[in-house]
Amino acid sequence: MRLESLYQEIILDHYRHPHHSGLREPFDAEVRHVNPVCGDEVTLRVVLKDSDAGPVVADVSYEALGCSISQASVSVLADLLIGRPVSEAMHAGDEFLTLMQSQGEGEPDEGVLGDAVAFAGVSKYPARIKCALLSWMAWKDATARAMHAREPA
Amino acid sequence: MTLDVARIRKDFPILERRVRDGQPLVYLDSANTSQKPRQVLDAMDDFYERHNANIHRATHQLGEEATQAYEGARAKVVPFVGASEPAEVVFAKNVSEAINLVAYAMGNAAAAGQRGRFSLGPGDEIVITEMEHHSNIVPWQLLCQRTGATLRWFGVTPDGRLDTSGIDGLITERTKLVALVHQSNVLGTINPVRAIADRAHAAGALVLIDAAQSVPHMPVDVTALGADFLGFTAHKMCGPTGIGVLWGRRELLEEMPPFLGGGEMIEQVWIDHSTFAPPPHKFEAGTMPIAQAVGLGAAIDYLSEVGLPAVREHEHGLIDQALSALREIDGVRILGPAEPVDRGAAISFTVDGVHPHDVSQVLDERGIAVRAGHHCAWPLHRAMGIQASTRASFYLYNTRDEVDALAEGIRETQRFFGAVPPGGVAGSGLAERGVAGSGKAESN
Repeated sequence: MRLESLYQEIILDHYRHPHHSGLREPFDAEVRHVNPVCGDEVTLRVVLKDSDAGPVVADVSYEALGCSISQASVSVLADLLIGRPVSEAMHAGDEFLTLMQSQGEGEPDEGVLGDAVAFAGVSKYPARIKCALLSWMAWKDATARAMHAREPA
Repeated sequence: MTLDVARIRKDFPILERRVRDGQPLVYLDSANTSQKPRQVLDAMDDFYERHNANIHRATHQLGEEATQAYEGARAKVVPFVGASEPAEVVFAKNVSEAINLVAYAMGNAAAAGQRGRFSLGPGDEIVITEMEHHSNIVPWQLLCQRTGATLRWFGVTPDGRLDTSGIDGLITERTKLVALVHQSNVLGTINPVRAIADRAHAAGALVLIDAAQSVPHMPVDVTALGADFLGFTAHKMCGPTGIGVLWGRRELLEEMPPFLGGGEMIEQVWIDHSTFAPPPHKFEAGTMPIAQAVGLGAAIDYLSEVGLPAVREHEHGLIDQALSALREIDGVRILGPAEPVDRGAAISFTVDGVHPHDVSQVLDERGIAVRAGHHCAWPLHRAMGIQASTRASFYLYNTRDEVDALAEGIRETQRFFGAVPPGGVAGSGLAERGVAGSGKAESN
């Protein structure tokens, strides 16, 4: 059944039991993104920290309202990106975007995307791609703001 | 007056479609846009194949035929909604444009410093309702921003009716216009338009009715409703997209300044000023959707032949069945009136533990087309305390079997997401998230 290709067990697991949820203090940047089509929304905070390899994602915390795809997506994102250098995390974001635009033809790299490869099936459903991308766009926005705030004046 | 649904379905080629790996299409999204019968498609084809030309300005035979076809469609609208004459029927792109037309005309009157019924400014009020589609909210917000007028609104009762208890304080001598929906696109509620219109008129206000969801489904008479303006759109009533109607009382259309300026709406043009054509042409700038008007005319013919009283009766049976069927499913909350009284054939609902998008996805997998989201009625959803809902909407071609398919599809959705109450573990209500652990959980 095609439904199972969309709703992979990993997605349903994250939906039912989201990881890293809740908004935490302190944070470097906070954004609120909304999908105007369906009203899904996510408030997302990021914390960056310095390392030898440049800035690292220290925490991603969030509050999300929405469908299983958008809820699972933000949970997977937090799992995947927390602890990663920002440059790597940005790369993962680009890969995820490419996967979502692949119309079901994508061959995602599990080494880069981890559990997020489970969203490959979403790319076959144009109406749901925005659900999966909502939190990634929010994360990218928040991280860009946090990076900007760190730049010396 | 019983509809021969099997015969009607044969008029709609798209209902033969198979979707999602060969399943028959169960189209329950007619409040979004209706399907089109062959009679409408043929009329538009015939126009393009035999009569196509621009209207009102071509002096050749095809131009005459095209003009006749376009104005013929306007003439068909007149008896269809109980208008007095074709001059009262303005073609617009859709109801959104029809409402914007009035809102911008009022803003233009205010900007020109005119006094009178259309002009408004600080201290004046526009009254809407919480169950409006965004198309009957946002244009008034913008008008109020432009003019300094104040926006006010009726609330909604928990059972999805208009809360008119505060009408004395809402409709006052400050009210310039009351804009409200005849039938809610989400709740199906049919509003007591006449009573509210009478109050508005007593206060000296104008009344605009959004009839997008009523004109396709029941006989509507603009005079009986007490409307000053009324908008509806072809694509929800078996016609094409791209054309709708703003009906307005003639003396109002004559007095009202134009909205869009351009070709065909003028009387005389000088380099520094212009005078305008009489209505309806004053409000129809540029080349209009001519073939679409022909399609609207054919849709009116089609619905008139079937008979709107019969359509209403048929849909009443379907919504009665749907209300009963969904009421029997644990975990399903029906929005809007629970009884099929003053209620049209749209039913919105939520399923505990399953987001509306996911409900519509599982239904789609079974070939059932519904709409999920806020249905362009975000304030209403906030008022009902929910983020989104799933909506099934019926029309003359829907069957009792399709209502059964909807109910079975909802049950399947609950099974798929493990959200079968009671006893079953709910998929993931929002309340559950607070206790979510960080490890991988077992699937259920």
